Amino acid sequence: MPQALNVVGRSVVRSDGVGHVTGRTRFAGDLVFPGMLHLKMVRSPVHHARIRGVDLGEAERVPGFVRALTWRDVPHNVYTILSLIGVEPEEEFVLAQERVRYKGEPIVAVIAETEAAALEAVAKVRLDLEELPAVFDVEEALRPGAPVVTDWGNNTFMFEGHPSRRVRLGNVEAGFARSDYIVEAVYNSSPIEQAPTETTGCVAVPEANGRYTVYTNTQALYFSLDNTAIILQIPGKRLHFVGGTVGGGFGGKVDVIVEPIATLAAMKTGRPVRYVFSRSEEMQVSSTRSAWRIYMKDGVTRDGHILARKVTSYADSGAYSRQTPYALTKHAANVAGPYAIPNVSIDAYCVYTNRTPASAMRGFGVTMGSFAVEVQMDRIAERVGVDPWTIRFINAYHNGDLRPHRKIAEDATLIETMQAAAAFVGHQLSDEQKAMTSAPRASLEGVR
Amino acid sequence: MASVIVNFELCGRDVEVLVQPMTTLQSVLRSQLGYTATKEGCRQGGCGSCTVLVDGEPMLSCLLPVEDVAGRRVVTLEGITPIDGLHPIQEAFLESNGFQCGYCTPGMVMVAKALLDHDPRPSREAIAGAISGNLCRCTGYQPIIDAIEKAADRLSGSGEQTGGR
Repeated sequence: MPQALNVVGRSVVRSDGVGHVTGRTRFAGDLVFPGMLHLKMVRSPVHHARIRGVDLGEAERVPGFVRALTWRDVPHNVYTILSLIGVEPEEEFVLAQERVRYKGEPIVAVIAETEAAALEAVAKVRLDLEELPAVFDVEEALRPGAPVVTDWGNNTFMFEGHPSRRVRLGNVEAGFARSDYIVEAVYNSSPIEQAPTETTGCVAVPEANGRYTVYTNTQALYFSLDNTAIILQIPGKRLHFVGGTVGGGFGGKVDVIVEPIATLAAMKTGRPVRYVFSRSEEMQVSSTRSAWRIYMKDGVTRDGHILARKVTSYADSGAYSRQTPYALTKHAANVAGPYAIPNVSIDAYCVYTNRTPASAMRGFGVTMGSFAVEVQMDRIAERVGVDPWTIRFINAYHNGDLRPHRKIAEDATLIETMQAAAAFVGHQLSDEQKAMTSAPRASLEGVR
Repeated sequence: MASVIVNFELCGRDVEVLVQPMTTLQSVLRSQLGYTATKEGCRQGGCGSCTVLVDGEPMLSCLLPVEDVAGRRVVTLEGITPIDGLHPIQEAFLESNGFQCGYCTPGMVMVAKALLDHDPRPSREAIAGAISGNLCRCTGYQPIIDAIEKAADRLSGSGEQTGGR
């Protein structure tokens, strides 16, 4: 018997709606506390440099200056966000130590009585930098002699001992040999900034009981709490993170950027500290969707069956890996597309460059992979001489098919989705296409 | 520089603030007076989230030195919100889901208020024109235009004036 539905199919007024239309919703940056200090960051003006010296003398004389924080003040200055799920190595600096690896990398945190004083003091910190050659392209970064971004001598992230996230099914070279056509293309994308209307920020407040309450607009409250505990080397129970109200994120507020240093500032001063990005910081230093380069080679029969697909993908992680290794794992699992291809070989590389670190953004890893896959499908259709719908019906995966990453498909809906899409746009499908379903095939011959 | 005293009317009450010259109205509203419905998406005149009404005209409070509103009438979103319930524009935004994250909403509502005060039955094109300086990154603009259209229908249909407190 169908369950009675109370909410599905009805319009429900959002619980935070009245707050939003009246302006009573409290965003992190709206909060003001007695004695609140302001934190502003001294950032690298260049993409890659050795730090020879930092002179705080003039900054310290700005009226309202309270104190500065450098890497020496950070208990565990080198971290990686995904260490919480076992990703290694720790490689991102909370505050830069001997080098800066991207433009805008934080070097010194300045804490002052007012925002204006903090900005003035930031402007008076003197940096002695020896600029180094920088690299901004994934393939250039992998060539011998390229500027090295990391501390381990190359620009490659290792996936459990391998330089790429690998997927292997069947034998692609044999598949190409049996194919009538080879369709090859390269797909590129630029970094994309999420550009939320509310900039990244938080306020850290020391409490009388020795805990710190952190009001933040992070999209990942417990990721931020746990990483803050690691970076500050304090038990998580001393941190109380308050969040959930995010003025736009789209993945751009998933990283752990403002909370650790604001909390450290609150610890060192005993006062509430506000650290909110300016718009230019949001655009320059908050992480972006990564740039991608995807090489795709397909072997196809005269009747449109894809026999083999070889993919080499490079994600530009920027100066630190953040969530990009996770993006590549998702990418490798999805870049064969929702199609049944018996021979697949995928190598997906996470590459360090001197760009702003990339990280999460809506479907990251899969989005650009899907773009490449679907443009490739259109190219294959053109080559075979069928329409773009037909090439997808021919190759659509079914339940029971083995996916390249060794999962049996259980929730295939491509065929039904295309049938619904055709109805929406008034495209006439063939009788055969109309009759198809994603139900398991009668025979798996030729698919496995 | 010596601070200056500035007097103006804020949502129907007289206020007096002591500020450094060139302090923005946005900063005074948010940091000194606790009127945080006025947002700060960019503080450079690019996003519209800080829009307030000055003598009935929509203005970007992030670009407006507070000395410029001396003796003038400032209305923020707090000023059009009734003690009980919602202004018809707010009701329409709520019903049409004219918001997602809510950060651009105060600016959108204030622009809508100014528009409907001047033009009670605007076309969709006129509505789009009115909010063209206000950025939304979540919903897209159609639900926002729907909300303003709905508010216009209600306000002019009932003959009610949109004048707030």
